[in-house]
Amino acid sequence: MSPHQSPGTASAITAVDLAKSYPGGRGKPRVHALAGLTFEAAAGEVFGLLGPNGAGKSTAVKILSTLSRADSGSAHVAGIDVARQPEKVRAAIGFVAQKSVCDPMDTGYENLVLAGRLQGLAGPAAKARALELLDRFSLGSARDRLVKTYSGGMARKLDVAVGLMHRPSVLFLDEPTTGLDPEARADMWEEIEGMAAAENMTVLLTTHYLDEADRLAAHVAILDGGRVVASGTPEGLKRELRGDAVILETGLDADPAAAASTMASLGYVRDVSRDGRTVRGRTDDGAAALPHVLAALDAAGVAVASATLARPSLDDVYLRHTGRSYSASAAEEVAA
Amino acid sequence: MSELTMVRQSRPTRPVSAAPALLAHTAFLTARLLRGFWRMPVYLVMNLVQPMIWLLLFGQLFKSIADIPGFASGSYVDFMTPGIVMMMALFGSAWAGTSYIQDMDRGVMDRLLTSPASRGALMASTMLFQAVLTVIQTAVVLPIAGLTGAKFDGGWAGLAILFLAAILLTFVFSALSNAVALLARQQTALIGISQLLSFPLMFVSSAIMDTRLSPTWVRDLARFNPFEWAVAAGRGALQASPDWGSVWGDLGLLAALVVVMGGLATAAFRAYQRSA
Repeated sequence: MSPHQSPGTASAITAVDLAKSYPGGRGKPRVHALAGLTFEAAAGEVFGLLGPNGAGKSTAVKILSTLSRADSGSAHVAGIDVARQPEKVRAAIGFVAQKSVCDPMDTGYENLVLAGRLQGLAGPAAKARALELLDRFSLGSARDRLVKTYSGGMARKLDVAVGLMHRPSVLFLDEPTTGLDPEARADMWEEIEGMAAAENMTVLLTTHYLDEADRLAAHVAILDGGRVVASGTPEGLKRELRGDAVILETGLDADPAAAASTMASLGYVRDVSRDGRTVRGRTDDGAAALPHVLAALDAAGVAVASATLARPSLDDVYLRHTGRSYSASAAEEVAA
Repeated sequence: MSELTMVRQSRPTRPVSAAPALLAHTAFLTARLLRGFWRMPVYLVMNLVQPMIWLLLFGQLFKSIADIPGFASGSYVDFMTPGIVMMMALFGSAWAGTSYIQDMDRGVMDRLLTSPASRGALMASTMLFQAVLTVIQTAVVLPIAGLTGAKFDGGWAGLAILFLAAILLTFVFSALSNAVALLARQQTALIGISQLLSFPLMFVSSAIMDTRLSPTWVRDLARFNPFEWAVAAGRGALQASPDWGSVWGDLGLLAALVVVMGGLATAAFRAYQRSA
């Protein structure tokens, strides 16, 4: 590694071969949270890190935001080496953790002004910026209320505003919409879309929702086992998946193996796999294909309890690139 | 401030030298803790009620100790008032790490650590905040002690030294509590300090009992007890003619320990981040 590795000006975040492991607890082997993570985010874009819990997203964000140190590898944020000059990195970044970063016993306004002052803004500048952001995030009427009285969506917007106080050149958003109801999530998406353009900054977004990355990110990297297994534009990744998922639940008396072989024999259903009574496949136009699939199964004498069509999801991308599904853990996350 | 300078606030990489930043950040962060405290009136009342209970309870329970031959002071209330003041400081400080635990449970700590906020200021602000609580409690307990018969022969100078000793003691143990909070990250670990450390320190001291009436080993051990330094300094300063050499000696030891503990506790941030 050269001592003056200077990333190109077009790159806001560069991670090269980052590795990090934690003690696994008594008698257990070490947990390798990151195992050679490499990616690059261009200046001014929203970059999505996708993956299930435990894939290494949060560890990556912690290292890039100077909260944690990598065991090996190197990383630059806004052109600054995170291991060598963490203080400089801290002045250049905004950080929105998975958990709320606001003090519930302070008002929204007080939270923002404190963040601004700690970032080195003078009093009047911090106050003006706080009012501007409260207004932008439609929190103006709640400015003097304690944050503990805010709804989940309001508190999350304030978190983002705190990260924006000092106009950072890179903003880290760690699962900004996890735990929000659909309306608050849509609201947050709009805010993120608007601000990336307005603030002219790079946003590193971690999420386990493909639709979120799809909507917001120009580029995404999918993490598994602490490394990138696929990267590109959301469109490109979905194109690779070629079409919709068909998910069938066979009846209690039916033979799932027969269902799978029937589906595979149709020719237009690909990647057929079976997990208990669930049979999955992939087809170009799900809505057109489903009636034919059901008719074929009926003819083969396989009872179907339920049939679902799904647009390509993170689960599908993940399944394709890792060969296994994390739907169980994803289901828990959605339920949480 | 003109429009121009407002605009130029963007992308701040202004070189702020360390010392003013430390002081400014300490002020901002202490103000935040005080606001939170002020907004929890129940907590405020608890903090004021507790010293009164202690004073009245201990005062009544051990009243006749002063009659034991060889007891230093004529009145037990005189004797124990500095002891109660230091006990409140000690037991309150054991919980100082609570604000870190709360900040860690939320994302506040991570946000502060990824900002240019000085680690020294993060430490100093919680120590100062705890010292404010100690001052409030002491200011409440002293008049009540006076009403129950305590005499402060040392006058205002003596009282000022008593406050100083209580503040230094608070700094020492709130730094320790913060360090434990950063390393263990659990509120239960703080219970450990208050049970396993505070009580033994209290009993191996002259806070509620003249150590000249205790076994020799207690007296010998008490000499190495920072809590005893604070009790002795406070009690010494309240005498009609204090032994200033001894009082300032104890205060000096406490002050040195504040520097050591504050430094070690601030270093605990590195351990927190290593395992983050």
